[in-house]
Amino acid sequence: MDRACLSISGCCAGRIALPVAAMDRLMPMHLHLSASGRITALGPTLAKIAAQAKIGAGGGLTGQDFFQLFEVRRPAGVAGMADLSARQGERLHLGMRGGDVAFRGLAMADVSGGIVLNLSFGIGVAEAVRAHALTDADFAATDLTVELLYLAEVKRMVLGELQRLNQRLQGAKTQAEEQALTDTLTGLRNRRALDLRLAQAVVAGAPFALLRLDLDRFKAVNDTLGHAAGDHILRMVAQVLLAETRSGDLVARVGGDEFVILLPDLIRMPRLIAVAERIIAAIAQPVAFEGQVCQIGASVGLTVSTFYASLTGEEMLQDADAALYAAKRDGRGRVVPFLR
Amino acid sequence: MLGLFNRALENFLRQRHGPALWQRVVQRAGLPFDSFEPLLDYDPALTVALITASCDELGQTRETVLEDMGTALVSHHDRDGLRRLLRFGGVSFRDFLHSLEELPDRARLALPHLDLPDLLLEDRAGGHFTLRAAPPFAGAGFVLIGLLRAMADDYGALVLLDMAPPVAGADVISILVLDESYAEGRRFDLAIAAP
Repeated sequence: MDRACLSISGCCAGRIALPVAAMDRLMPMHLHLSASGRITALGPTLAKIAAQAKIGAGGGLTGQDFFQLFEVRRPAGVAGMADLSARQGERLHLGMRGGDVAFRGLAMADVSGGIVLNLSFGIGVAEAVRAHALTDADFAATDLTVELLYLAEVKRMVLGELQRLNQRLQGAKTQAEEQALTDTLTGLRNRRALDLRLAQAVVAGAPFALLRLDLDRFKAVNDTLGHAAGDHILRMVAQVLLAETRSGDLVARVGGDEFVILLPDLIRMPRLIAVAERIIAAIAQPVAFEGQVCQIGASVGLTVSTFYASLTGEEMLQDADAALYAAKRDGRGRVVPFLR
Repeated sequence: MLGLFNRALENFLRQRHGPALWQRVVQRAGLPFDSFEPLLDYDPALTVALITASCDELGQTRETVLEDMGTALVSHHDRDGLRRLLRFGGVSFRDFLHSLEELPDRARLALPHLDLPDLLLEDRAGGHFTLRAAPPFAGAGFVLIGLLRAMADDYGALVLLDMAPPVAGADVISILVLDESYAEGRRFDLAIAAP
């Protein structure tokens, strides 16, 4: 067989005769079929795969009937040499009987009534290379299979890197949110900002006041008119609080409808009560939202740092809270100072 | 490609010398962050500052630091990706050397923005080759030497590598292949197992 030649019809020279060894190098996955459909030669890569899949019962594929060993899956109805011949030049999809390798194929007639069928792995190439432990040497030097595998591998690496980048960004976002000092709904400071500022104020030792404000009837608005109305009201309240305080004051939303205001250098009770009453009056103004009028109110409890011999932020917050509940108990819509 | 290099140097310093040293390098180089993203672009001045700070912190020359890093790129056990990509270059070390000229094109095919410098291989017969590349930053040739040294090891080849005098601004690396099958190389399968 080594010295035998295959004759392939060529378009210009009429015919090209090639040693089998040359065919093997040019098309390491080709099959040569006789006119009767017997396999007369096959490329080394195909032989390797067949041997691994134990197809062809020991003696290899040569001499066996092609259609016994292979099936043409697409196009349908290719079951004999005449069918195969009629499909010359078309892309064929084939498989080995008893093996799970899928091939693409291209069949062309030779000058002696036989057929040269060249195969490739098609899209499942990575799987096939892995399954049959193929190497560079199993592919023709012109074949781009190795480049394809290379690209698949680069893609895998880059995707992995992108995934890690996304995870890092997600982590950074979470961290940024944790470290944020702003309440996203109202633009006021948040609980964290209040805690930081309160701690600083306690350490600094300069006098300051703490106001706790709760909305009255807010839950009712939220329940009857919906969350959008509730959010609208919270934003309006935020505007009121900012308008009625100084730029150096800290206004924080610390819960659903709970606010805390820290006022540095303001401890005179009449002034503080006046500020709180202005706020309560402004919040009590009816607000229009999508054709509906909603009216809420606010209660305020307050305390000042000079009440305390040994000051802690926590104690001040608790006392302002106690005053706030006293205000609510007394009928809401009012301000109650904490009394030592 | 500077993001890729910066991150590679970062990984090398963290793994070989520890996170504390990396933090000192970050401070010394005056970086505004403490980790590089391999797929992002960076100011070339950052790379220069990073290399200088690394050498100062380690008390080693630029040649040593960059060459060690190049070797670690390929030989570090949990960094198999680059080694594999380079091994696609061929079945022998000589094949691999010849494939280096194709490397920038391959890289471009996969990542159009990567922009690896062109590599020019000259076969001077008798196992002697020279590899020329315009360095994207001063000292880049030493990274390449380290990488080639690790790849020779990977193929099991005995090879002498040296930096030759530069030609027209390009680094020139002299490569002498003494024995292609000096030792048993590491195994390479074209397709790796699905993760």
